[in-house]
Amino acid sequence: MAKRIDIGGLTAYYGSHKAIEDISMTVEPRSVTAFIGPSGCGKSTFLRTLNRMHEVTPGGRVEGKVLLDDENLYGSGVDPVTVRRTVGMVFQRPNPFPTMSIFDNVAAGLRLNGSYRKNQLSEIVEKSLRGANLWNEVKDRLNKPGSGLSGGQQQRLCIARAIAVEPEVLLMDEPCSALDPISTLAIEDLIGELKERFTIVIVTHNMQQAARVSDRTAFFNLSAVGKPGRLIEIDETERIFSNPSVQATEDYISGRFG
Amino acid sequence: MASTTPLDIPPAPPATRGRPKSTGRAGDKIFLGLSRGSGILLLVIMASIAVFLSYRSVIAISQDEGNFLTTFDWNPAGDPPVFGIAVLLFGTVVSSIIAMVIAVPVAVGIALFISHYAPRKLAAPLAYVVDLLAAVPSIVYGIWGALVLVPYMEGLNLWLDQFFGWTYLFEKTEVGVARSLFTVGVLLAIMILPIVTSVSREVFLQVPKMNEEAALALGATRWEVIRLSVLPFGRSGIISASMLGLGRALGETMAVATVLSPSFLISLHVLNPGGGTFAQNIAAKFGEADEFGRDALIASGLVLFVLTLLVNGAARLIIARRKEYSGANA
Repeated sequence: MAKRIDIGGLTAYYGSHKAIEDISMTVEPRSVTAFIGPSGCGKSTFLRTLNRMHEVTPGGRVEGKVLLDDENLYGSGVDPVTVRRTVGMVFQRPNPFPTMSIFDNVAAGLRLNGSYRKNQLSEIVEKSLRGANLWNEVKDRLNKPGSGLSGGQQQRLCIARAIAVEPEVLLMDEPCSALDPISTLAIEDLIGELKERFTIVIVTHNMQQAARVSDRTAFFNLSAVGKPGRLIEIDETERIFSNPSVQATEDYISGRFG
Repeated sequence: MASTTPLDIPPAPPATRGRPKSTGRAGDKIFLGLSRGSGILLLVIMASIAVFLSYRSVIAISQDEGNFLTTFDWNPAGDPPVFGIAVLLFGTVVSSIIAMVIAVPVAVGIALFISHYAPRKLAAPLAYVVDLLAAVPSIVYGIWGALVLVPYMEGLNLWLDQFFGWTYLFEKTEVGVARSLFTVGVLLAIMILPIVTSVSREVFLQVPKMNEEAALALGATRWEVIRLSVLPFGRSGIISASMLGLGRALGETMAVATVLSPSFLISLHVLNPGGGTFAQNIAAKFGEADEFGRDALIASGLVLFVLTLLVNGAARLIIARRKEYSGANA
């Protein structure tokens, strides 16, 4: 489990528009790396290149390389479907499969990957729901539709669904931006537990959240509207928030712009 | 919205400061009247059709010497008058079922291809061509069916008889050209294809992107995305689309009348020529029927009316029962 990600010279396009340019960084295993930066700076786009979701958007393409423990995700002959099975993702808005029960939602990824016996499946579903701190709230209604849960519960259900397939990396794209403060707290606690097992990358607009949950923080910025986003710096979260080495970072986190 | 703080209406002259003039109330009233009127009009039309059909039907059925539901004959001009809808009901239902069995999977396939597989350059013209199928008048389908489809069906019938004759359904026990319920079903399938396809396509295009991305992010292939996200979301849409198609198949008149060689026999050998449908029977007999004969045909029309209502009701029930899961609340 939990692999290191090495990104080298990554540039991503939407058609002819260059969204992010020449990003290189290393994401450490069993840690939380937060991406911060103003809207439109390409943090979500960058996140989506890490599991090859970017190319799903019409016109989306990527140059550069993403190494997952030395295996290039963009190497020739690498199937994006396999990549997404090893790099899980949680989205901004909770998106459980609306027609499926809670149980089936968690089991969905497993069923894609192979056949499991019924009791094996129940075991993994319980483990994943416990892992997402949701088990006690839903154990009596596993057959009810997942869309009947509250927003925060739905988001934890999505996390359970993502970790059920035991990915190497878990990407989270503003996972709390649609949630109330109490649900947000629950997710943040959960992220703290999950980093024991997974490499976690989280995009957030909330700088307090980045400071609370992450070990390392990357700051992205763009020089002007329409220009591609760039990585300004990446460092220990503590340093970024107390003594960043680039002036723009300090301006951003102290609220002077963005 | 109509709050009156000076900030909301920047260049407000002092006179209107206290109470802004209300505008648009008249528009509200007119629109309310129009929409309410349309709703009432619809109910009145439906009710008057039902009353007309029922009234004339009662006249006819009360003088029917045969059993209206089970008689295999249509002779209202006889003495005594004997007529029944058994053959028509059977033919209508069987030909429509055949049409649905063929058309729905093909239509869903075309809709998925247009919405999720085809490159954009191909999708738009293809969708247009499918819609164009709906623009062909049904009498043209009928002529094409009689002149082109029927001769071609004979080869297919032989093949079906040879390899699937054991199913009873596809056993051909009578010789004769393929003016059968099966041929009618195939023709109806082509005719309902565009409506089922375009409604399904619209529904598939409305699947929220986040639902599809949920499946993609789990490592789903394109087919798995369709199975996990698109089809469940589109399920009630496919049912509604099919019901629209079924409604057309049940009531189709000219094409059926042109292709079928009618007879008053019920046979599950669907390849045998013969049989009849409500609409075909009415079209064929209405011209030369006397007053009472028309009442008898209207009675059969009432049954078709009720059948269509039942089908629609059933479809609504199916959709409503799965509402909790429909994805509308996602």
